[in-house]
Amino acid sequence: MIARRLLAAVPGVIGVIVVTFLLNRALPGDPAAFFAGPAASREAVEEIRVKLGLDRSLPEQFALYLRDLARGELGQSLTTGQPVLRDLVTRLPASLELTLSGLFLALGVALPLGILSATRPGLWIDHLGRVVTTAGVSLPIFFTGLVLVYIFYFLLGLAPAPLGRLDAFSSPPPAVTGFYLIDSTLARDPALLWASLRQLALPAATIGLFAMAPIARMTRASMLGILSSDFIRTARASGLAPNTVLLVYALRNALLPVVTTLGMIFSFLLGANVLVEKVFAWPGVGSYALEALIASDYAPVQGFVLTMAILYVLLNLFIDLLYGLIDPRVRIEA
Amino acid sequence: MKRAFRTLLLALGVAFVLAPSALAQSRSETLIVVTELGPNTMDIHGVGANRPAYQASWNLYDRLMTFGVKTLPDGTRMYDYSVLKPELAESWQLAADGMSVTFKLRKNAKFHDGSPVTAKDVKWSFDRAVSVGGFPTFQMKAGSLEKPEQFVVVDDHTFRVNFLRKDKLTMPDLAVPVPVIVNSTLAKKHATPSDPWAMEWLKNNDAGGGAYRLESWKPGQETVYVRFDDWKSGPLPKLKRVIVREVPSAGNRRALLERGDADLSFDLPPKDFAEIARSGKLSVVAVPIENAHVYVGMNVKKPPFSSVKVRQAVAYALPYEKIFSSAVFGRGALLMGNPIATNTFGYESSLSPYKAELAKAKALMAEAGYPNGFETTLFFDQGFGTVNEPIAVLVQEALATVGIKTTINKIPGANWRAMMLKKEMPLYINVFGGWLNYPEYLFFWNYHGQNAVFNTMSYQNPEMDKLIDAARFETDKKKYAELVREFTKLAIAEVPRVAVYQPSLDVAMQKNVKGYQYWFHRYLDYRQLWKE
Repeated sequence: MIARRLLAAVPGVIGVIVVTFLLNRALPGDPAAFFAGPAASREAVEEIRVKLGLDRSLPEQFALYLRDLARGELGQSLTTGQPVLRDLVTRLPASLELTLSGLFLALGVALPLGILSATRPGLWIDHLGRVVTTAGVSLPIFFTGLVLVYIFYFLLGLAPAPLGRLDAFSSPPPAVTGFYLIDSTLARDPALLWASLRQLALPAATIGLFAMAPIARMTRASMLGILSSDFIRTARASGLAPNTVLLVYALRNALLPVVTTLGMIFSFLLGANVLVEKVFAWPGVGSYALEALIASDYAPVQGFVLTMAILYVLLNLFIDLLYGLIDPRVRIEA
Repeated sequence: MKRAFRTLLLALGVAFVLAPSALAQSRSETLIVVTELGPNTMDIHGVGANRPAYQASWNLYDRLMTFGVKTLPDGTRMYDYSVLKPELAESWQLAADGMSVTFKLRKNAKFHDGSPVTAKDVKWSFDRAVSVGGFPTFQMKAGSLEKPEQFVVVDDHTFRVNFLRKDKLTMPDLAVPVPVIVNSTLAKKHATPSDPWAMEWLKNNDAGGGAYRLESWKPGQETVYVRFDDWKSGPLPKLKRVIVREVPSAGNRRALLERGDADLSFDLPPKDFAEIARSGKLSVVAVPIENAHVYVGMNVKKPPFSSVKVRQAVAYALPYEKIFSSAVFGRGALLMGNPIATNTFGYESSLSPYKAELAKAKALMAEAGYPNGFETTLFFDQGFGTVNEPIAVLVQEALATVGIKTTINKIPGANWRAMMLKKEMPLYINVFGGWLNYPEYLFFWNYHGQNAVFNTMSYQNPEMDKLIDAARFETDKKKYAELVREFTKLAIAEVPRVAVYQPSLDVAMQKNVKGYQYWFHRYLDYRQLWKE
């Protein structure tokens, strides 16, 4: 089943390759002129154009691009001067760690909030949930980030400087997973774990605030629907403990739409991270792609979009598998 | 399990308490710089090397000579382009006929890998600079350094440069960031038949002998330099480590400085510099950038700006003072139409007659045959939008009063150079700054009929070319001054571009950071800095 699902994703990925290739060529900006340097003459620019292969026809450029792709080469980034693949491999864990932390943070707050709102609709906790989620989703994500930096770093001095994943004096743990929290734990270095946790707190909170709203709202709506259904009434009538009814019977059934939302939020966040990464100097893939876009540096942008497409495919697969665990009926129907 | 958790918490707590004191010790010998953009290569000869790469190269590599230092009346230290000082060369001798120079290299100088610096390393490096093409070759050519045959190894520690012609830019051009001395033995190990100059390897690796070694480089994130304790080309620098962190948000760069977590930054908007300078918490050093101006350019090849009268009308309509005070907060110096910067040879404030004078501008428009004005488009580079945008609005407003209706067109930073190359913008705002502080150097790039990319106005005038070429090779001081005066007057009369002001190179740093010095390349020299 997994193989069939993966196979089904192939046309989508091919589509992404073609579209990003064409889109990048259609963008304004001339990379040759940009990289020929300040005092370049027309001839120097042409020289660079030939070097970059930009003087060839589009189909030819595309064929070259496909050939490199087949070899696992994503090209060179002209902004960092490094192979795109290496840049992405070193930067993707940073983005994933940030997004996942934000998401878990959001889950930890939003799930209970959603359940409580659903069991006590109209009461103060429901209103609180509404206010918090509305605020979280309506404030632009970079604004939340800047406000958090201003309050917790600049005014109170509680948070560390927004200087990326580690302060200037710590060096990263030996790379195993690329996730600093995991790697520093593996290296048994509590000081480093603490340092990376501190750096992670504000950006993760920024993302968490943003992601909280849809999760809480979805949990509330889904719980409300389930709680008024017949089987819950039956369970209650049979005298099961209220908590068992709520958490075992209701929540498990209410979780399906929440997981769907979660998947969507996660893939959306990976891209929306760009601004948070910018504010916190976080060395992730989002800010990398943005810098490249500004410099009309094609290769990293293509590499980024491709990575995102593949991540998206894998994520959807993972969520489908998760459905099966939560609700066995889905498995049978598939 | 619970116990393990408690131990972990305790350890965390201890680490938290201990960490700051350990930091304090290394902090006094470490400089933390925050920038917007980092280098994309460690090799200044590399294709597409960006400006921050100049700073990396300047500190990792030595050159044969460097410039002296002078102190300005306000106490600011800046490099002195009239004095050349020994760096890797301990002395040099110009030949009697003035057609070559012989350098004696330091006998005890070493590269970072411990191997000695020899004349063949110098030759390989210079051969590379004139052979690889692009920017380094271009810059060498500016000093009449064009062919590998010009560079001769006399013996292990003696090196000669033969001149192609007598050019006063040859010697200073050997002290700019391009002619770095590379460890040729090390570099050649990584050369391949398709890459004889080891461009691939040198991009990511340090093969220098400068005062600082490359400790680590994470492109797009951070570059860390440590002092090379065996450095012999000058007194041992005081800073042990320099960390350059890339912080993309300007607001955060300011916050980091004000909180004391960063020591120094160049990259803040003019408004922030003005506010920081006023608050007095940090020191701000400002030096008007030599041989530079921000200007309004006009395409002289197409009507209506092909008419001198129209161009002069624009020069009489621009709100110079208003631009200077409200767009750049008075940081720099006003030029009022004079293309020569205030600290460049030949600057005379009286040469330009221009100031905001509406009646005169209107009269000139009528004389040119445009009593009711015309419509046109004003372009600017959005990459420098913080400054360019307010200027554009002020220019638009002022030109409207003489009947020139402008539509503003912002060009994304990546596309700006391509737009300049096309030379189709009728009216635009731009900036130029030259490394070498000679007026004819600026004129050669910007007003000469060779029509370089910087002459975006496409201004071509044989009389102008004659004056510029003559000034470049004139050795008589009085005649030279006269030539400079002549071409400046011509540029002001024909006014293909109106120089508005001279931008300022601002740097904000902690009060305990000392020794900062202005360099023409506008980047940091770590050797000169220390902390108190």
